[in-house]
Amino acid sequence: MAIEVRIPTILRSYTGGAKVVEGSGDTLNDLLTDLDSRHAGLRGRLVTEADALHRFVNVYVNDEDVRFLGALDAKLNDGDSVTILPAVAGGAFGFAAAAAMAQHVAAAPADGRTRVTAS
Amino acid sequence: MTRYDSLLDACGGTPLVGLPRLSPTVPEGAPPVRLWAKLEDRNPTGSIKDRAALFMVRAAEAAGRLRPGDTILEPTSGNTGISLAMVAKLRGYRLVCVMPENVSTERVQLLRMYGAEIIFSPAAGGSNQAVATAKQIATEHPDWVMLFQYGNEANARAHYETTGPELLHDLPTITHFVAGLGTTGTLMGTGRYLREKVEGIQIVAAEPRYGELVYGLRNIDEGYVPELYDATVLNRRFSVGTRDAVLRTRQLVEVEGLFVGFSTGAVLHAALAVAHEAARAGRRADVAFVVSDGGWKYLSTGAYGGTLADAEEALDGQLWA
Repeated sequence: MAIEVRIPTILRSYTGGAKVVEGSGDTLNDLLTDLDSRHAGLRGRLVTEADALHRFVNVYVNDEDVRFLGALDAKLNDGDSVTILPAVAGGAFGFAAAAAMAQHVAAAPADGRTRVTAS
Repeated sequence: MTRYDSLLDACGGTPLVGLPRLSPTVPEGAPPVRLWAKLEDRNPTGSIKDRAALFMVRAAEAAGRLRPGDTILEPTSGNTGISLAMVAKLRGYRLVCVMPENVSTERVQLLRMYGAEIIFSPAAGGSNQAVATAKQIATEHPDWVMLFQYGNEANARAHYETTGPELLHDLPTITHFVAGLGTTGTLMGTGRYLREKVEGIQIVAAEPRYGELVYGLRNIDEGYVPELYDATVLNRRFSVGTRDAVLRTRQLVEVEGLFVGFSTGAVLHAALAVAHEAARAGRRADVAFVVSDGGWKYLSTGAYGGTLADAEEALDGQLWA
């Protein structure tokens, strides 16, 4: 049983540079364990110690977000396509700049006049 | 026709139009499955962002955070900047937008026309450089006000108070709501409203999946999820690639005569997926989706003509939604 898995650039150091690898498993959890047996360390980048998907990693089965399909328990079938991506929806620039400025907004005084403050 | 006292009052109240040619065909006697498009390009500056911009500015004024003559700072390369520029002009504020220097010329021209000032971050530095630029500007100008669309509750509230009620009024039989996922404001606000009013409503997100150049070497330990995002509002979330988004964008103009931006193509792709599922299962469905803007600002990409492969290449590395 083969499932095609698309690997983002940042994680290709675990797959010898391969963009696409194959694996097997009845669930996403099984698949990641199977992949880790050949690409040691990959699973640890995607799954936290508490056995949950990393907050900033998105995994899609046939283009649908697995968090709405049971997350690590999501069922997989032969021929499925799995895509792993960093969480940057809405535009890499916007999110990068927003993430930088979020700290400033959070740090602003609670006087009802939120300002961009110096760090 | 309706009369308004000013352009700001003409925000929202957009048409909902049926798409009979794109809706799935069902066997005779089977429950109907219908697609509906909410035309948000009919807002004052041509995008759904007018709603959020107006609500964010009004909320900041009401809270005393914005005073006449203040400067608004917003990191945006897209529609929010254009909407804020229009609102800022009419309400008497100065707007400074931070954006990468490789955005399309239409956007820069539009922003300047509306009177916004632009600070560019070098394209070559990618998002790391954008972070550095944003931090530096914030440090140098501690008195500038940032509305921060990714975490501003007024962004989502605009849709809870306007987009959601408009949809329910025009389509009381709605079963699915589909929209693009960026700041998440549209889906959070409209989704919460419809969940309160319509039993069993399905809230469906479509997010753009860009070419590899955009994701680049982004570190997955330093990602960003907007503060507004609450996954419990959604039922499903689709990732739509460039090719599918372009295909649906072209289909919409060819089959139904609607000329839209590529993010709407991505949304239609997800809407068609849920519509066809309903048709196969023999379930009635009224699927409403958001047309967030028209195609005008994206003509210079060249992705409206030529083969799909050409279009995919033209959009590779671009933030098309």
